[in-house]
Amino acid sequence: MTTVLTPVPAAAPAKTAPARTGTAASAVVVAATGVQPIEPVEVRRSLRATRSRDVLPVVCAAVAALSLAGLVYFALAPFTGVIGYVLLSFGLFVLLYAVLVSVDGTPIMVKDRLAAVVAHGLAFLMLLALVVVIGFVVLRGRSVLLYANFYVEDMSVTGPLEPLSSGGIWHGIVGTLIIITISLAATIPLGITCAVFLSETRGAFTRFVRTIVEAMTALPSIIAGLFIYALITLGLGQLSGFAASMAIGIMMLPIIIRAADVVLRLVSGSLKEAAVALGAPRWRVVWHVVLPTARSGVMTAVILGTARGIGETSPVLLTSGFTLATNYNPFSGPMVSLPLMAFDFTKAPGESFVSRGFGTATILLLLVLVLFVLARILGGRGPGDLSRGQQRRRAKASVDDLARFEKRAAAARTDRSSADGSGPPDHRYDPAGHSSDGYTTTFEEHPR
Amino acid sequence: MIASRSGGPATVQHVPTQQLLDPGVDPSGPDDLQDSPRRLGTRSSTPDAVFRGVIYTAGILVLVIMLMVGLFLAIRATEALRVAGFSFLTTSAWDPDGGNFGIAAVLIGTVLIGLTAISFALPLALGTALYISEYAPAGLRRTLINLIDLMAAVPSVVYGLWGLFLLQPELLVRGVNGDGIPRFLATYFGWIPIFQVTLDGQPVDAGSPTTPGSVYASSTFIAGIVVALMVAPIACSIMRESFSQAPLGEREGAFALGSTRWGMIRTVVLPFGAGGIIGGTMLGLGRALGETIAVFMVISVVLAVQPRILQSGTSSVSSLIALRYGEGSPFAISALMAAGLALFIMTLVVNFVASGFIARSRSGAVSE
Repeated sequence: MTTVLTPVPAAAPAKTAPARTGTAASAVVVAATGVQPIEPVEVRRSLRATRSRDVLPVVCAAVAALSLAGLVYFALAPFTGVIGYVLLSFGLFVLLYAVLVSVDGTPIMVKDRLAAVVAHGLAFLMLLALVVVIGFVVLRGRSVLLYANFYVEDMSVTGPLEPLSSGGIWHGIVGTLIIITISLAATIPLGITCAVFLSETRGAFTRFVRTIVEAMTALPSIIAGLFIYALITLGLGQLSGFAASMAIGIMMLPIIIRAADVVLRLVSGSLKEAAVALGAPRWRVVWHVVLPTARSGVMTAVILGTARGIGETSPVLLTSGFTLATNYNPFSGPMVSLPLMAFDFTKAPGESFVSRGFGTATILLLLVLVLFVLARILGGRGPGDLSRGQQRRRAKASVDDLARFEKRAAAARTDRSSADGSGPPDHRYDPAGHSSDGYTTTFEEHPR
Repeated sequence: MIASRSGGPATVQHVPTQQLLDPGVDPSGPDDLQDSPRRLGTRSSTPDAVFRGVIYTAGILVLVIMLMVGLFLAIRATEALRVAGFSFLTTSAWDPDGGNFGIAAVLIGTVLIGLTAISFALPLALGTALYISEYAPAGLRRTLINLIDLMAAVPSVVYGLWGLFLLQPELLVRGVNGDGIPRFLATYFGWIPIFQVTLDGQPVDAGSPTTPGSVYASSTFIAGIVVALMVAPIACSIMRESFSQAPLGEREGAFALGSTRWGMIRTVVLPFGAGGIIGGTMLGLGRALGETIAVFMVISVVLAVQPRILQSGTSSVSSLIALRYGEGSPFAISALMAAGLALFIMTLVVNFVASGFIARSRSGAVSE
């Protein structure tokens, strides 16, 4: 497009660059024909960030890259493999796109566009990897998921060559639940109390504990397993689910403490100070203000720790071992968990065992997904940010309190009028601060 | 300073101050109404004392448990370390009962797997973090963050299954010739020592069709890719968090000066997020070094120093423990404890460095 210099004010930005907006363009056209007086035609400007000039090169480069990579792959060079094809076409795409953009862009613009497509491409690759990993495991495991016996039977009577209609993962489900329950029973009280300790106290000792806890989040799970193996399993002389839950507990404890500590420290100081100013002792401040305020965050910490613990294989491998029979007693004999079962089944020869392994991994994934969604539903909010149900409950509690106060005040009034000043001293709260016998009552002396 | 320059006034002022402070000179008011400083102090009630006791007990208990793990490892390891001496670091065989054992092979294997993993995970995590914090539409951002977090929560055995049953046989080492990226790299980049592949001690001609594909299977490279997918989400979420804390004022300033989006990222987001990038990478490396089951599933353990990452057979400390914990004497366990201690110290150092960088990036990202 050629530029037309006109005295028309609507086209005032007399740049040499092509007119960008519809308004300016039409104004220029109107002015150039010179037939009509200046009457700017209002055309709505497009405010969208993406323009067809930006999209077209991407599409063209993508098509060209895919075809070129195909040509190289199948006709020219001796390359093979899906990943190679994907990588080659991505590289070609970036190259072609750079060429296309540099046709009508400055080097700065080319760099900007390239950075954008590389970031988009890498993010896409990451999500693709997630989808492929989960999709592959679920696809391979789907054949066994349709059998009802898979969920309710164990493998104690199933031979290596028997079809999928026999045997199941009941012993693994039981084992996982028992192991994780024991370790949660140990870690939740200890972990949350320790997080309260870290967030409520100051000083060198607290800092030391916090440093050690942070260091222990680096503990590789196999070392937690080895520790418990040497301490408990060799001590008792037998494999047990209890040992596995202790190993998983040691691994989960620092994770839970650290996450809960972060959330507890987010509770605003003014809330705590308000509680202290109302005369609450420190344990009440923690119990009635800090913990309820941070409840969703603490629960998220626990649930995400649980998800990590459920998925751990190596501590269970060392301390609890593998079994084909259901074991309900955590203190005696091997007890298998779902991830260890997936690991062991897929090592076994025979297609049916491998299928069972993938089915087990699918169930495990489902379990983790449920925990994850639960954590997100509970923990999507900051401290003190209430869900609608919680808000309703708070409002109702407030209304109840008001009713209670009014009832009490009414009772006090009737008391006073009936006693007529001759009754026993009245210690109830009086707005004036003085009761009938001249006693000054304070909030603390008030009988509950 | 002032007193020394002007000389007199210091002593002149001194007298009335002394008089004011001296209660005996004060002429107003009798002695019994004299103000004395209130004694300040906290006297906690019984429930509060109990509460304090409980939380301190929990803190001490956690500290004891955590220190016990480290001390127990160290104490049990000394038995083996005393026997092996310095050769513990230079021997690559693992025969504790024969007295010939060391962590040279497993330590190098661990580091190589970790480095391979992180060199794949770093670009993935960085690109994804930049996409989420800078490019993604606002409505999509929350979902993407959740997906990445979910990816970090997927159990490692699932990644191991994927690596063993899809990545290796279908994508990387396909068919009898082992078609795929490793063979391509060995064919055209075999002159780089780490990409070389040997068979029975002789360098193989990777391009020739007679070379069996199995020399490329179960290698450091494949284990590294599997671990990369496990640690990339962890590194990504640290990086994303530090990018999102880059101050708005500087961002808008860059745009106002006519910067492109990449220009803004290069001059504002990346410098502010540098600590997060390094910290996230180190944190991912720490996880990669300690990863057990996925690595153990993919690799075939070879207890010899194996610097060729494309070649079949490697080792890591954690897979050594998983492989050998069941066999043998208390002394063998002690030797494994020593290997575990070495791994633990390595991950500990990496993690401390990482958390240092992350903490600094958090405190430093404040706009003036």
